[in-house]
Amino acid sequence: MNLIVAIFLPILAAFFIPLLYKRVKSLHTGWFVLLVPLSLFLFYTTFVKQVANGETFTSTFHWVESLQLSFISYIDGLSLLFSLLITGIGSLVVLYSIFYLDKSKEQLHNFYVYLLLFMSAMLGVVQSDHVITLYLFWELTSISSFLLIAYWFNRDASRFGALKSMMITVFGGLLMLGGFVLLSMMGDTYSIRELIAQAPQLAEHEYFTWALILVLFGAFTKSAQGPFYIWLPDAMEAPTPVSAYLHSATMVKAGIYLVARFTPIFASSELWIWLVTATGLFTLVWCSFFALKQTDLKGILAFSTVSQLGLIMALLGAGSMSYHVDGAAETVFKYAAFAAIFHLINHATFKGSLFMIVGIVDHETGTRDIKKLGGLMSIMPISFTVAMIGSLSMAGVPLFNGFLSKEMFLTAMLSITEFGLFSFDTFGVLFPIIAWIASVFTFAYSLYFVTHTFMGTYKPDALPKKAHEAPIGMLISPIVLAALVIVIFFIPNIVATYFIKPAVLAIQPFLYSDVSQIDVHISAWHGFTTELWMTLGIFVVGGLAVMTLKKWQHFYNRVPAGFNMLYDAAINVSDTGMNRLSRLYMTGSNQTYLLYMFASFVVLVIGTLFTQGGFTMSWAHTAPIRFYDLVLIAVLVSGTLIALVTKSRLTSIIGLGVVGYSVAMFFVIFNAPDLALTQLVIETISVALFLLCFYHLPKNSRKENRMRFQVPRFIISVAVGATVTLVAIAAQSQKMMTSISEYYKETVYSLAGGGNIVNVILVDYRGFDTLFEIAVLAIAGLGIFAMIKLRIGDKGKEKKQLENK
Amino acid sequence: MEIVMAFVIGFLFMAATYLMLSRSLLRIIIGTGLLSHGAHLLILTMGGLGGEAPPVLADGVEASQFADPLPQALILTAIVISFGVTAFILVLAYRAYQSLETDNTTLMKGSDDDAQ
Repeated sequence: MNLIVAIFLPILAAFFIPLLYKRVKSLHTGWFVLLVPLSLFLFYTTFVKQVANGETFTSTFHWVESLQLSFISYIDGLSLLFSLLITGIGSLVVLYSIFYLDKSKEQLHNFYVYLLLFMSAMLGVVQSDHVITLYLFWELTSISSFLLIAYWFNRDASRFGALKSMMITVFGGLLMLGGFVLLSMMGDTYSIRELIAQAPQLAEHEYFTWALILVLFGAFTKSAQGPFYIWLPDAMEAPTPVSAYLHSATMVKAGIYLVARFTPIFASSELWIWLVTATGLFTLVWCSFFALKQTDLKGILAFSTVSQLGLIMALLGAGSMSYHVDGAAETVFKYAAFAAIFHLINHATFKGSLFMIVGIVDHETGTRDIKKLGGLMSIMPISFTVAMIGSLSMAGVPLFNGFLSKEMFLTAMLSITEFGLFSFDTFGVLFPIIAWIASVFTFAYSLYFVTHTFMGTYKPDALPKKAHEAPIGMLISPIVLAALVIVIFFIPNIVATYFIKPAVLAIQPFLYSDVSQIDVHISAWHGFTTELWMTLGIFVVGGLAVMTLKKWQHFYNRVPAGFNMLYDAAINVSDTGMNRLSRLYMTGSNQTYLLYMFASFVVLVIGTLFTQGGFTMSWAHTAPIRFYDLVLIAVLVSGTLIALVTKSRLTSIIGLGVVGYSVAMFFVIFNAPDLALTQLVIETISVALFLLCFYHLPKNSRKENRMRFQVPRFIISVAVGATVTLVAIAAQSQKMMTSISEYYKETVYSLAGGGNIVNVILVDYRGFDTLFEIAVLAIAGLGIFAMIKLRIGDKGKEKKQLENK
Repeated sequence: MEIVMAFVIGFLFMAATYLMLSRSLLRIIIGTGLLSHGAHLLILTMGGLGGEAPPVLADGVEASQFADPLPQALILTAIVISFGVTAFILVLAYRAYQSLETDNTTLMKGSDDDAQ
């Protein structure tokens, strides 16, 4: 139960934020918010030691038991690592935001409520063991991301970016839900752990491939992989703390988490390995290439984030190969999943610090345009140092943690060439080549980012503000992250023992039964291996690419916008197309809408009669037909006909009256004296009312226009009439159960002490119905009174006067 | 008799539908009036028309001879409610006519520009 409370703690705290914001003006609201992720972070660290020994924790809260819907929080290596990232980076981001967002100018309560909402949602995603609640939390992250991107909602670009990210991630999320439903149908359970336990059986199921593809759609849209990367650069309109938190360290890694979590289920599939590895590698190279085109600092980081996520994705794909090989080769692929988790941690540290530095540059100089920036090194020495550490780590230079995981990545990609299955023996050789090219671009954009901002010539005239170093509070968070970048380089194996290995155990439970069996050792120096020569090549070629950037950057202008154009076109088509479609049937005329209603009434009722076999007609149990019945019918029909055909208003009102009185007569002959009385009174009042309202109108409106005969109207009317007749006959001809009237007949005297059964039903058995009926009448009466008394400005007349002038 | 009544009720519904699909307010209201008459007769017919005595306890009348009291109770409620509704629409139509000087629903709708 503790664990469930921990997930919801941020949302609960969010309720108090607006109050604190309104009441406590002197203190920045962020200080209160900071307590939440900080205490949660400390709470989760208490699990580290036990989880490192391979223990797991669960706690369950039954939500809707009849639907088997429950919150199951499951803490193992993988979810604990993510939880620590969410709360740890969360604390740093909140601390940073206190100095980034001005408490007098910004809508802080909105910001922090959204942020806390996101925190809960994200914790829920990584801890849920129940696929449906996982999906719910998943969509909640999309929604809170939407709100946070659109935080400065009066900017067009913010709203556009927010909508784009929402459209793409929710689209993928819905498909993922489909995949989850298929999985739970196949395994007859909603629990991920139980699904993993039956992985071999699931793989033989006919829906297996569909579930796989659908789940991957969710992962790829969320982690901005493949063609779906386009939402992330536009999401950079969010405030920088949000970009650092959601769009680099946590939310975009939900897709990674999903792939890692479901690897035990899907890894046996060839399609899974191909899709995950190839999509990851494609994204890695494509986005690292386009990162060099960007001139917005956050744009560079956005593309770099997408490409680094691609790297992790490709590693997870390669890690899945370990399910298919034995013996010596197996150890090589074991590396891949390990490297994926390791790089995930490293990426969170260096990319988080870089985003915060961009925020600082933006805050202190007023621009993020790399063309206007330059030479900030001497003005902002601390920021420069942090940026340098982050960039070099991202580039994969020794002394920084990125180097270690980049080396492991190259090892994994090289080993793909040795993987003989699934036609990797033919195409496998492409993988290390693509990986190398992507690494060259990665090295290049890392240097491009840091040199063009902090080195070169200082251009004070181009900057909106006079540049200076940021306040110390703003620097704390990036310094902490940058320190981690270096620390992890020197103690990688301690990190591995406590964080990476337990997570790997969760991804590859079939390979290892215990943490101690994972015998991967990270070392910075392997001797003169292929990887080392590749790395040296990356440094040389990447360095040359940056130096000559000006000469070939114009090449980018010839590359079309591709996926973005596709998205815009799709949005455009659905927008105008749907408009056109709804204009086709939403004519704005009541007649048309009534036609739809009557037509659907006919279709539904006739359809039901048809499918239920209701077409029977039986003369049994019917009352005899008497002469005066027929006379009354004749009167009623002629009254109706008069109302139908006449042009005179008076005549049509009289026609309606004739029908009303003959209905009253029917009540008389069918032994319903109460009804007959009521009907007579009401009919008289009604006719009087009709005459009052319509007869005393101006002379020219005493006559109606001739009603033109219209075929569709006639057809619909006849169909409605026929339907009602059929229903009446069907109801008469098949009595399926005895009437409950028998109960009233028997008990009317003993229970209610009355003789007139109808009256007793109304005032006794169904007394409340009658009470509400009176209430309805009272409301109608009030309405009528108001309409007669109130004289609201006569729009029609005013208009006429205007026209006359 | 019930089968015959089924056709009469169908005819009432047909006429009501036809009138309700017209553009004139008065015809629409008359249509709803006919519709409620049809509905009342429909409920009555559903309960069976074979009763030999009104559903009132009296000496010498067996329970099996009563007309079905339940549809009657329903109809009684329905008559009153339909009267309330009819009265409301009538006055609404009257006021609309006064303000807009037309009883044609197409003209009443106006255009989108009027709303602003």
